[in-house]
Amino acid sequence: MRFKTRNFNDVPSVLEINELTVRLADNDTAPPVLDRVSLEIRQGETVCLVGESGSGKSVTSLSVMGLLPRGALAATGGRIELEGTNLLELGPQAMRHMRARKISMIFQEPMTALNPVIRVGAQIEEVLDTHAKLPAKEKKARVLDIMNQVHLPDVERIYRSYPHQLSGGQRQRIMIAMALILEPQLLIADEPTTALDVTTQQQILSLIAELQEKHGTAVLFITHDMGVVAEIADTVHVMRHGQIVERAPVEELLRHPKHEYTRELLKAVPSLTPRPARSQPEGPAVLSVNGLQKIYSTQGIFSRRGATQAASDVSFSIPRGRTLGIVGESGSGKSTVARCIMRLIDPTEGEIRVADREIARLSRRALRPYRKHIQIVFQDPFRSLNPRWTIGRSLIEGPLNTGEDKKAALKRAAELLMLVGLPDDAVNRYPHQFSGGQRQRVAIARAIAMEPDVLVADEAVSALDVSVQAQVLELLEALQKKLGIAILFITHDLRVAAQICDEVVVMQYGRIVEHDSASNVLSNPRHAYTRALIEAAPGRAWDFANFHELQTA
Amino acid sequence: MVASPQPAARLQWLFGAMAMPRGWRAGAGPMIAAAVLILIVLSALLAPLIVPHDPMSMDALQRLKGPSETYPLGTDAYGRDLLSRVVTGGRISLFIGIGAAVVSVLIGLLIGLVSGFFRLADAIIMRIMDSLMAIPSILLAIALVALNGPSIWSVMSAITIPEIPRVVRLVRSVVLSAREEPYVEAAIALGSSMPKILWQHLMPNTLAPLIVQGTYICASAILTEAILSFLGAGVSTEIPTWGNIMAEGRVYFQLKPSLIFWPGLMLSLCILSINLLGDTARDMLDPRLKKRER
Amino acid sequence: MLGYIIRRILAVIPVMTIVAVFVFLLLRLTPGDPAAIIAGDMATPAQLERIRTSLGLSDPLHEQFITWVGLLLQGELGTSLISNTPVTQMIGQRIWPTVNIAVLTIILSILIAVPMGVLAAWRHRTWVDYVVMAFSVLGFSIPVFVIGYLFIQTFSIELRWLPVQGYIAPSEDFSKFLSRAILPCLTLATIYVALIARMTRASMLEVLGEDYIRTARAKGVKETVVLFRHALRNAAVPIMTIIGTGFALLIGGVVVTESVFNIPGIGRLTVDAILARDYPVIQGMILLTSGLYVFINLVIDLSYTFFDPRIRY
Repeated sequence: MRFKTRNFNDVPSVLEINELTVRLADNDTAPPVLDRVSLEIRQGETVCLVGESGSGKSVTSLSVMGLLPRGALAATGGRIELEGTNLLELGPQAMRHMRARKISMIFQEPMTALNPVIRVGAQIEEVLDTHAKLPAKEKKARVLDIMNQVHLPDVERIYRSYPHQLSGGQRQRIMIAMALILEPQLLIADEPTTALDVTTQQQILSLIAELQEKHGTAVLFITHDMGVVAEIADTVHVMRHGQIVERAPVEELLRHPKHEYTRELLKAVPSLTPRPARSQPEGPAVLSVNGLQKIYSTQGIFSRRGATQAASDVSFSIPRGRTLGIVGESGSGKSTVARCIMRLIDPTEGEIRVADREIARLSRRALRPYRKHIQIVFQDPFRSLNPRWTIGRSLIEGPLNTGEDKKAALKRAAELLMLVGLPDDAVNRYPHQFSGGQRQRVAIARAIAMEPDVLVADEAVSALDVSVQAQVLELLEALQKKLGIAILFITHDLRVAAQICDEVVVMQYGRIVEHDSASNVLSNPRHAYTRALIEAAPGRAWDFANFHELQTA
Repeated sequence: MVASPQPAARLQWLFGAMAMPRGWRAGAGPMIAAAVLILIVLSALLAPLIVPHDPMSMDALQRLKGPSETYPLGTDAYGRDLLSRVVTGGRISLFIGIGAAVVSVLIGLLIGLVSGFFRLADAIIMRIMDSLMAIPSILLAIALVALNGPSIWSVMSAITIPEIPRVVRLVRSVVLSAREEPYVEAAIALGSSMPKILWQHLMPNTLAPLIVQGTYICASAILTEAILSFLGAGVSTEIPTWGNIMAEGRVYFQLKPSLIFWPGLMLSLCILSINLLGDTARDMLDPRLKKRER
Repeated sequence: MLGYIIRRILAVIPVMTIVAVFVFLLLRLTPGDPAAIIAGDMATPAQLERIRTSLGLSDPLHEQFITWVGLLLQGELGTSLISNTPVTQMIGQRIWPTVNIAVLTIILSILIAVPMGVLAAWRHRTWVDYVVMAFSVLGFSIPVFVIGYLFIQTFSIELRWLPVQGYIAPSEDFSKFLSRAILPCLTLATIYVALIARMTRASMLEVLGEDYIRTARAKGVKETVVLFRHALRNAAVPIMTIIGTGFALLIGGVVVTESVFNIPGIGRLTVDAILARDYPVIQGMILLTSGLYVFINLVIDLSYTFFDPRIRY
């Protein structure tokens, strides 16, 4: 692993945040959202701000931009100094003048960060219109130039495009072009690659690095991903509960983390090294899929747009007690497969066998008795439980459907809650009283209550912070050992797949491109796409949990 | 029930977790609105007991009199006491308003649930609802009353029918968006039957918006009743309603504006209070409701 | 795109068909003898007979419907029972005052309401917002005719700024038209402004919370540009929708306002028809206004593509 080992000792600083405190606007008694945060960024330096959700890292960046939501949050103390001016003391007019000229920002969601009804060329041009008066011709030339610099193809066409006509990666390039066209001293990037696929993430990260070098920009990079930190950071600040708990140059932080929280955070990062192989499966497959195909046709009388093949010729099977992972980027068809298997959507073609029964063609009504054999856990823990129902009622919904006695079902619900590590009195409480990780445990308990043969986990840990993610993965593993369930694990995250899967299927464009044991796929990939995926995984040469380079076996 | 039926739990069930206000603080506006409304409803209910005169008794000698001790608001063209008539007039207006709201919400809920869940029925129902929406409600009500006669029931149904499509659309949109929620998909995976999912998972989502919509319908029904009476297509002119009192006052408007002013004030205050309470309920129950503003 | 326009236009057919069937059945399915209902209690047998033949009520229902629709498709709305003139002709004579007033009202309402809503959303939870919201609740709550009489009382009788009632065509004398039209327009506009301002505010509030608004601010763009260039266009679709559906309210308002201000438009025509139980005229008015409503909403639907490039059906 090669870190950036640049020395910034004699470099003048661009931004200095000094004891910044931010509070809820109408509540002086609540603990501050930011508690005396101090931070320094020097010319050309990349400072990473790492932390889990709610740690205050985004609030820090919005404070610098002067974009704290009005009426909700307010900076109550400290200084934010840029070239000797305290930004907190600037009026709205003067602050506007700073933005895009001195400090720029790019955001997490490239899908929503661009105005959908204005052509992207005009959106970049608006920066010039706002801060510099240029003749029309020169203006367009500058826009096309920056668009070339961010390596957009066919810039003349994209200049005239609307955001929805571009891919996520292209939109993020537009954002970067917009942010850098006036060559600001500081670029703030708030999780700019989190919503992107790994391969796109890699491109965007190297683009930022390239432009940073070219223009000498300082970058404040906000992320939750230690892999990204290892790739790009010069200096790292770890945040928790609105405080900076540790700061250090990147290599030092990863090798010798001092604060307990940093160590925990690093230990929770799943390793790319596949888990040790488990003994060969015994018995026949509990779920087998054969030649599964799903075509979405969007033809009407007047519009003929043809059909989309969301999944084609997908075949695999899982024996009892084993975990098969489906890995792929967005649009690879992995979720389509999961939803077809659950018969939440109807497959166009192919066989699905569950508990020795072909279910792909059964009518909804005929299917119902077989539902209990296969259950699902969804990605979003906040929407997968009915907010109006107590946990108990959610847990017994399935058993009641199979004719179980209510009292018995309730008793078992309490046991199940213990099994997934929640107090048994949770039955009488409502979902909003629980955290995301706890809700995901409830969702798992609800699925387990049906005593299924197969559990489908559709990105079930993707919305969780790493430390919670690790706990939920452990839980799934323990349940599998205890109950012998087969798990179909859908994920975009190779690291997670490496930790839990026996076998891995890699999907691209609705097709399976590689299917092998987890260790073979990860350490000996045969397909070019699999290799690209692995190479794009940030920080892949570092063993975060053990604070040293990855030992290649 | 798993949930112990405490009041808090009941509210939870009705409005959902996200929607529950944290620190419930009603501002002065809603409090005044509630007080005014209670006052109007009470006086309407108790009207026969509290009014100083029989609202129907005419007195040719007392035509169009100004305010006096016997007639605090004066008299109308037939010498009837305006105060007694205005207070009594609230009875019919409120009855029609509340009746129209309850009936249209119930019918709309049923049709909307069916429409939101059965695709085949949906296409047909929504065409019919589109057509009903296309007919301006005042004209439709006028035609219905013109044909069915000026009874309270025909006025009420004439006001209710045009409101139904809006309720149906609201319920349907709530059902359609709630259908996409993972917890509904989980229920499908757990083998719950469609009617059960419809009633237990989806229907409760419609209740909070329906309560809000119901208050708006109540207000607009009272308004429509007044307009119908004003145009001569309302409840029989012998019955004192706010609309009828104003319709009779029209002729003498330049002579004695108070014949329109007082019933108009009562009517406006009443509708204003209901609308304000509706807005408050909406803001409290669910910020997302703002999308479906009428 | 063209396919969408054609499909959207074709979708009008079932809606209008159902409206026609509905209007047709309204009279025929009423309990009792429709002719007796129309003629009233004092009718002679000869009068009843005349009404029956005039409306073709003695034929079987389906034959009546076919004849009726046949005439409808030729633009025939029947003949008034009172004046014996064709309904189309009566509407043709009276429609212009109404159109002039309505168009003026719509323009006025949009010009007032949209900036109001934008301002209220921008200054959310400040006195500006509260004033706008208070106005909009008031607009919903006061009956149109009460507003009309209040205006007459204040501006015409007390202040004597404007004439009390009446109507003069703009082609005849434009300033006199304006002086007589301004109060009816303001009266009609009250509820429409309330409606549009409310929707503009709600829609703007939602859009102002979007990420691209934050992006625009991060670029250092001026607040006015943020509001009108970035936010309003994105908020436009629901606002346009409410302008379209609010048209039904406007028609109801027209009927009342024309009575209050004594304007010889189709609203007055309708009121007179109700009082005289002139059913063919009522029926014609329902068909006309429903058709207009459907047409306006069709145009608005098609205009969405102009506001939002993502809508490309």
